[in-house]
Amino acid sequence: MTLKKLTFGLGAAAMMASVTAVDVAVAADQLFIPGLVYRTGAYAPNGVPFANGFKDYITLINERDGGVNGVKLVYEECETGYNTKVGVECYEKMKSKNPVVVIPNSTGITYQLIPKTAVDKIPLLTIGYGRTSAAVGSVFPWVFNYPATYWSQATAVIRYIGNQAGGMDKLKGQKIAHIYHNSAYGKEANPTLKVLAKKYGFKLTLLAVDHPGQEQKATWLQIRRKKPNWIFMSGWGVMNQVAIKEAAANNFPMDHFIGNWWSGSENDVVPAGMGANGYKSATFHPAGSDTKMHADMRKHVYAKGLGAGKESRIGEVLYLRGMINHALVVEAISRAQKKYSVKVPNGDQMRWSFENLTMKDADWKRLGLTGFPNIDVTCNDHEGAKGVLFQQWDAKNKKWNSVSDWVPVMRDIVRPMMEADAAKYAKENNITPRNCS
Amino acid sequence: MFYREAGQLKSSYAGDEAIFPIVQDRWAMAVLLLFVFGVLPFIGTEYFYQAILIPVMVYSVAAIGLNLLTGYCGQLSLGTGAFMAVGAVACFKLATAFPEMNLIIVFVLSGLVAAGTGLLFGIPSLRIKGFYLAVATLAAQFFLSWLFNKVTWFQNYAPSGTITMPPREVFGFVITGAHASAEARFVFCAIVVTILALAAKNIVRGPIGRSWMAIRDQDIAAELIGYRPFQTKLMAFSVSSFYVGFAGAMAFALWLGSVETAEAFDINQSFQILFMIIIGGLGSILGSFLGAAFIVLMPIILTNVFVGIFDMQAVTAKHIEFIVFGGLIIFFLIVEPQGMARLWQLTKEKLRSWPFPY
Repeated sequence: MTLKKLTFGLGAAAMMASVTAVDVAVAADQLFIPGLVYRTGAYAPNGVPFANGFKDYITLINERDGGVNGVKLVYEECETGYNTKVGVECYEKMKSKNPVVVIPNSTGITYQLIPKTAVDKIPLLTIGYGRTSAAVGSVFPWVFNYPATYWSQATAVIRYIGNQAGGMDKLKGQKIAHIYHNSAYGKEANPTLKVLAKKYGFKLTLLAVDHPGQEQKATWLQIRRKKPNWIFMSGWGVMNQVAIKEAAANNFPMDHFIGNWWSGSENDVVPAGMGANGYKSATFHPAGSDTKMHADMRKHVYAKGLGAGKESRIGEVLYLRGMINHALVVEAISRAQKKYSVKVPNGDQMRWSFENLTMKDADWKRLGLTGFPNIDVTCNDHEGAKGVLFQQWDAKNKKWNSVSDWVPVMRDIVRPMMEADAAKYAKENNITPRNCS
Repeated sequence: MFYREAGQLKSSYAGDEAIFPIVQDRWAMAVLLLFVFGVLPFIGTEYFYQAILIPVMVYSVAAIGLNLLTGYCGQLSLGTGAFMAVGAVACFKLATAFPEMNLIIVFVLSGLVAAGTGLLFGIPSLRIKGFYLAVATLAAQFFLSWLFNKVTWFQNYAPSGTITMPPREVFGFVITGAHASAEARFVFCAIVVTILALAAKNIVRGPIGRSWMAIRDQDIAAELIGYRPFQTKLMAFSVSSFYVGFAGAMAFALWLGSVETAEAFDINQSFQILFMIIIGGLGSILGSFLGAAFIVLMPIILTNVFVGIFDMQAVTAKHIEFIVFGGLIIFFLIVEPQGMARLWQLTKEKLRSWPFPY
């Protein structure tokens, strides 16, 4: 009985405590950035380096520059486990602290938050993921998905395959398989691929892999049967490494196996060892661990023992993407501060800043990065996609090497599809598109 | 002292058959309802409604649904998530295909569609029992999940397979879509939950409920005294699926706003609701509420305590939460295997003699 009473007492106390719990107070002169990250669950291996990049970049700005133009950044993580329901709970929790931006870190959560952020007036930054048609800024003024979307990426991948095959006309009769994560994320590329298959006359096989992607025997049986010339993969988490291992076990030519940019990190290829050698993936930025940004990170964060992860892992692709996300946020904050002469920009001011966030070589260089794509968004085009880069895994030196120039996307195909999809969304949800001309 | 029923004599059949035969219970219920409808809509924050109250109510309805089937009729089901998905998809299709249709009708029809589906998947229960039936309902879970993923008609051909609830109003209040205020959604939820819970309570204490319990306790004996297993079991499946489907429609339209059916209503969802009724109490409407509240609130409370008070890292808090949550479930099952509803009953019995137990 006593144990029972004690537990109930403790339980009741905890309940009371949590109700009165005051979260980290955000002072009026601080910039609050929430981090919807996942360090647990089936996707944690990919989520952890990303989350570390997020956190470390905030630390870097606070340590090196003393904040953005003197205003300190406050960062708080909320663990989503890549689960959309938890993600929504996190968003509701973070919303009350006036975040300058929300980065949902998952396509599923993005879909949930698109209608909410528009009402709450918080910019939603989804770099390289999320809803493709949200690039239509007249219908989705609060969503930004530069530098490129899944649909643009799919066109670049097909163009790259065409170039490798010796010309787009050589695609006719080729067999291309798309192995995708059976979720909103994985399916994104399918409509574009179908259109391209019709246009260029290649045979498209769509193969879904269910969450979490450990079990792919049936998928690879199909591959053995259909014998595709090329495989394109939209995977995430453990699915990628399993697929790459299966491809190696099936003796599939690795340089004909191309992942999308979420299937091209060290975590995906290292487990397959030498078998992964030659595997390719798309990417929207050059890989590297020797940029000035990395050097600053080592000097100002890791040398002081403030790093979120291990110093040996800061060269990873996903870590870099985490940093890029927050680098763009910081850039947007500082431009909004300048334009409106405020310390803490509000939602509308941040939205202006994201919508006018042109990034040229010089801007990237200032941030400590070279070879990055120009970002050029307009009121109606929140994507501004130009091209996609391809990289290849060198298993011996454990390094990604660029194997292409910027392969241009087929904007003429993708943009009308986006506009049609956005128009459908606007109609279903009674949204009047704003005038962007 | 306060909780005495001495002197409360029943002078009519109606009084004898009341849901709350004790005056104090009736008062407590009245105060609770007054609090829910008169006070709660004015004091909460958006987080409180959106992350705590609405999910608890949605899951309560789902748990009542599963409890009718598993707790009252004794048919173990692992397809709850799938039937929620049916409700959600039906709600989406109806709301987008008939924009003028009243949302209440949309919800009821969604429930009915789920009831029909449940009826279909309940047919194997006539031949197989217990764990074998659980496996058969598992087939429903995977089949329906696959179907909604594969056939894009169910999502109006959305390229991502995500369904989004369009904005709709009821009696002039916008209650779905992003512009709906949390208060309006909460009040609508509360009304719906009250009606559904009252209906469920009356079903289980009437002839239908008694026939279910007869089947649960000893199906051969029930058959011998004249209950037909075919009608009784299928009735349980369809009523249960109606509730679960309704909960799915609520989860989609009132709580989440947009869902990816295969992800939001997966097998884990089925297990979660099963845990709710096991912890809350099998064969108890109150238990469904307690179980839903426990499973929804406990992780949130634990996280808020660890992160908010002890200032822990979010990920460490999550890991500790897993441990504590699992421990608590085991603790509850050892201390009170019949669930929290039984605990509440014991408390009431103690209260009767309080403060002089001897």
